[in-house]
Amino acid sequence: MKSKAEGLMISPIKDGTVIDHIHPGAALIVLRMLGITGKTNQELSIATNVASMTNGQEGKKDIVKVSNRELSKEEVDRIALVSPHATINIIRDYIVVEKKGVESPKVLYGIVKCTNPGCITNANEPIRSAFEVTEEGLHCLYCDTLINTDLENHIT
Amino acid sequence: MKDIISIRDFSRGEIDSLLARAGAIATAPQIQKTLDGKQVALLFFEPSTRTRMSFTSAVSRLGGTNITVDSVEGSSLSKGETLADTMRVVSSYVDIIVLRHPKEGAARLASEFASVPVINAGDGAGQHPSQTLLDLYTIRQSMPLEGIHIGLLGDLRYGRTTHSLAYALSNYDVTLHTIAPKSLEFPDSLVTELHKRGCRVVEHEDISEIMPELDVIYTTRIQRERFPDAASYYNVAESYRITPEALEGHKKGMIVLHPLPRAGEIDPRVDAMPCARYFEQSGNGIPVRMAMLEEVI
Repeated sequence: MKSKAEGLMISPIKDGTVIDHIHPGAALIVLRMLGITGKTNQELSIATNVASMTNGQEGKKDIVKVSNRELSKEEVDRIALVSPHATINIIRDYIVVEKKGVESPKVLYGIVKCTNPGCITNANEPIRSAFEVTEEGLHCLYCDTLINTDLENHIT
Repeated sequence: MKDIISIRDFSRGEIDSLLARAGAIATAPQIQKTLDGKQVALLFFEPSTRTRMSFTSAVSRLGGTNITVDSVEGSSLSKGETLADTMRVVSSYVDIIVLRHPKEGAARLASEFASVPVINAGDGAGQHPSQTLLDLYTIRQSMPLEGIHIGLLGDLRYGRTTHSLAYALSNYDVTLHTIAPKSLEFPDSLVTELHKRGCRVVEHEDISEIMPELDVIYTTRIQRERFPDAASYYNVAESYRITPEALEGHKKGMIVLHPLPRAGEIDPRVDAMPCARYFEQSGNGIPVRMAMLEEVI
């Protein structure tokens, strides 16, 4: 049962996408990964570090609600890198019509900046960065650099 | 194969096939003019002597025509053109593009925008597949790439040649022995990858520990700028120098390789020893690069 306080912070949306169970504190990074900034015109609700109950254990989570936009699977799968347990709820007329988890994409295009200053993706060229997502981390398909630490600091 | 960008794109079968083709070219009584009527752009946006000269020679021997650009200053890149646009434009002039560029991954980008085959002649600290292939070719001239022990000596952290060579050798049943100064060892990520590919990698502090077992010694330059002062550089460089004394007790048939240019890593007295194969290795750049050109045409 939702607490009164949480209900006040995050009101239901009529149409759009609710991203739930985001890793606590990662909501703003998730928005950056989805290309949603203060300059885009979606109506947003963001809650960070709200109380959460998972498998009978108390914890915290972030929640993002995006009105009037249904995010595609390809878009939301990007956030698996920073929040692998997030769930996506597609809302139509206040009803959850679709609920799904996120899966890491095999190749990540354009979200992360290569840490190698000598990489061609950091030059003025008409290409997006491209990383193979591996167990070890993100492997740059251009210069072979492996990014396996501080991922959130390299998100463009 | 449309492009040759990285040794990582090659399967073992493809490497074997290309080395066999290079061998056939080297021993053929008469060279087939397979590039007759073809134009090859040699775009060298970074200084190079031996790679550029050997590609030029390889194209000429196959009957092709070279169009060379050998500096950024002389090209539209100096006017701010992107490499992507340069590739689109040059594609309409020539049949093959050979590219050297200071940025890592430049050749991969080039292959995405060029409509003709691209051969990577070195992209910054990244890939240099023709060097790796000629290294493998030189080893195979002396011994099969099976059950052998290969010592990699020198700066193994920043040297791209040893990274690519180690990766290529992981296609074969070989044991790699790394001998490098502290902080210049192979990157952990590369060692992990080699292990995952089933390659045995053994670390040593001193080459004398392993010398009698080695079939190949591949030595590379240790750069002065990797050290805080001249004294510590000279101390380290001296202890990694290949001399006739250091080679005492070596295995019969052992060979010494170096990608060149050398800067004191190999004592000139070694040049006259039968194990010295580095000049032959450099010369092998011709048949190997001819085979690469034939591969993409």
